[in-house]
Amino acid sequence: MYAYDELDRTLLNERVAEFRDQVKRRLSGELTEDEFKMLRLQNGVYLQLHAYMFRVAIPYGTLSSKQLRRLAHIARKYDRGYGHFTTRQNIQYNWIKLAELPDALADLAEVGIHSMQTSGNNTRNVTSDQWAGVVPGEVEDPRIWSEILRQYTTLHPEFSFLPRKFKFAITASAHDRAAIKIHDIGLRLHRNAQGEVGFEVLVGGGLGRTPFIAKTINPFVHGRDLLSYVEAILRVYNRYGRRDNIYKARIKILVHELGSEKFAAEVDKEWRAMGETALTLDDGVIEEIRSRFTYPAYEKLPHMPEELKKAAADPLFERWRRNSVFTHKVQGYAIVTVSLKPVGAPPGDATAEQMDALADLADKYSFGEIRVGHEQNLALPHVPKRDLPALWKALDEIGLATPNVNLVSDIIACPGLDYCSLANARSIPIAQELTRRFANPDTAELIGRLHINISGCINACGHHHVGHIGILGVEKNGEEFYQITIGGRADENAELGMLIGPAVPFGEVADVIEDVVEAYLALRERPDELFVDTVKRLGVQPFKERVYATR
Amino acid sequence: MTSPLEQKIRITGPSIVTANRTADGAVIYRNRTNGWSTDLSHAAVVRNADDARALLAEAAADDVGAVGAYIAPVSVKDGETIKPGNLREHIRQRGVTIDLLPVSA
Amino acid sequence: MPLVKNGNTATDIFVHVADGAELPGDGAVLVSAARFLADTEALVKRAGKLGVIWPNNRDLDDLVPYLERLAVVALVFPTFRDGRAYSQARLLRERYGYEGELRATGQVLRDQFMFMLRAGFDALEAKKQSDVEAFALTSRRYSVFYQPTGDGRLTALHRRMQQRQSESAG
Repeated sequence: MYAYDELDRTLLNERVAEFRDQVKRRLSGELTEDEFKMLRLQNGVYLQLHAYMFRVAIPYGTLSSKQLRRLAHIARKYDRGYGHFTTRQNIQYNWIKLAELPDALADLAEVGIHSMQTSGNNTRNVTSDQWAGVVPGEVEDPRIWSEILRQYTTLHPEFSFLPRKFKFAITASAHDRAAIKIHDIGLRLHRNAQGEVGFEVLVGGGLGRTPFIAKTINPFVHGRDLLSYVEAILRVYNRYGRRDNIYKARIKILVHELGSEKFAAEVDKEWRAMGETALTLDDGVIEEIRSRFTYPAYEKLPHMPEELKKAAADPLFERWRRNSVFTHKVQGYAIVTVSLKPVGAPPGDATAEQMDALADLADKYSFGEIRVGHEQNLALPHVPKRDLPALWKALDEIGLATPNVNLVSDIIACPGLDYCSLANARSIPIAQELTRRFANPDTAELIGRLHINISGCINACGHHHVGHIGILGVEKNGEEFYQITIGGRADENAELGMLIGPAVPFGEVADVIEDVVEAYLALRERPDELFVDTVKRLGVQPFKERVYATR
Repeated sequence: MTSPLEQKIRITGPSIVTANRTADGAVIYRNRTNGWSTDLSHAAVVRNADDARALLAEAAADDVGAVGAYIAPVSVKDGETIKPGNLREHIRQRGVTIDLLPVSA
Repeated sequence: MPLVKNGNTATDIFVHVADGAELPGDGAVLVSAARFLADTEALVKRAGKLGVIWPNNRDLDDLVPYLERLAVVALVFPTFRDGRAYSQARLLRERYGYEGELRATGQVLRDQFMFMLRAGFDALEAKKQSDVEAFALTSRRYSVFYQPTGDGRLTALHRRMQQRQSESAG
């Protein structure tokens, strides 16, 4: 965990006081909505269909049990008893009142949580691998660098009014769980031949109406130069990014229009012109941040404890263990993914009661720590293996032990037209219906890894372009229709999905998806050839033929 | 940004003006007494572009009380019952179309 | 437009001279970039202080050679959402060593004052009188800063390092 110090706390309190004043001026009419809108967005406050929506940052996806309890408290006191975990390590509340927001922010600030820059045309919450610091084979804990970037980007005096929003993601593993290739800046931590730590820097990824996979503009930027290099990128973007057309304002368009080589050259020129800069991170500064991340005092535990051997006789436990328990870097411990995708429920939602109960379980079994992943699931990052059976029982009691992690019903979905003022079509009911269709865990296990992503409009908050199966809601003559793509992926081999056929109406989506899955089962070479690999091998055509033959 | 008042207004049937209330975000409708109501049945219904423009102008002038006023279609049954004219407005009036809370065991 | 300079309400002594209009014989004037570039020599030789309004989409290279002879550079915020002038301000102060008055003009609102001060502006042409009155409060709202800029404020990181050093020394 990262421990806030007095300075971090002071800044948060100052921010809360500022926003309290801004809300007061808005409610009194001193600020127009036009003036206030940007200020509220910079504090994570949107206006949605039914009410204001409040987005709170969970930097690099790490939460303490105390913080999670406070998120539950916000849901209970200021909202309707639940929250929605998003694809960018945030939590959203759907029914917040503007007049009460300053109090909610003050409550959050007490535990070191904030909503700064969770929306607006500035640098957003810095996201990272939800398994950072616990997964085997990592170069080093990417959260140290995430925190350095979090501080650097918070209330930046030069880059708080960029042409458009700007998102960072960092990974330090060969397998990318942070989806860095669909971010404005993706950073892959690695070592050079001298063993020094640095970053491959990718720029210009993003989804929305013009999706792009990020391009590498520098294979190795030394760790000490991370901030100066990032500042050079942001300055080039701030200066040249398009401001004439909101749909062309993201950095991906600038990178695309200039070409990544030209863009890289501009960045390099700016970076060199900076010369000696106070942004250079010396070892002491990095050490200072590193020292404020604390790690559990792990015990020496057996690889295969008796409790686990005994529980293996229970097929339900075994199914959950196979599905939701992952290898930890320390022997005798495990990472447990907590599915927020129970059958028939809105993906990523959790009630205040579930959050409180999970906080208690984290205290009991995971050194008081919880993680949030971009797949809209949570994780307990340090569970002693001997406690897995007891944890499973406890999770099951609160509806958080659905063994569907990475399977067909582990659906990523945006809030869609049920909540969102931008949406053209609903997302959640489609997800709910699909989880019912694929509710049988044997079938889901047989199908294997399969990511379905649903967005209710072209803004692509559900990342439909990079779903193995992507579903995009559109409006046709006042009716909800859905375009279906296959073959996308968000990991280190990120690709955009391909359209499989004409859009289908709301009532037919689940049938079509079932047919796509049927086609895959018939077409796959071996049981362990994943859906996305079958699409890669065969292309869209055989799927199209099978799915649309009778339509 | 084009002000809503400068936008071309085209309506194809009975319409109302709706917005969200500034203090709490609640869905509100411009009513027949120059104010706002949370109840669609109190909404002022307009049937031509000029009336719609006038109603929207009056609504947009209340920047302190309401956010993002716009014209939305409705249907009027038996000359009195007002119903939302599209799915979006239906959801704004009636709430989400799903069970709110995740299923708990 | 009310002007706040170095934290105090100030009277603007600069006369804005339109592009076609005749220059006064002396006194401080503020001219557009176009006029400045069209008639640079005459303007810099003239008696009286000279200021230039520099648009936010124009490269600074054409301005940099004359910085020493300018009393004011006025940068423009066409809307409060357009942040290009923050970059220009930092470059003028931190890279090109400009020491004269750096003035923020256009949509200059209270809620952006702190960013402007940190970027190097020392004069703010505020849109609203009430924002001028709130200047003192607004400029003191924050005491912690995460980023180094040329404004001399210590960053949180540096304060922590100092604290560490004094702890280890004690």
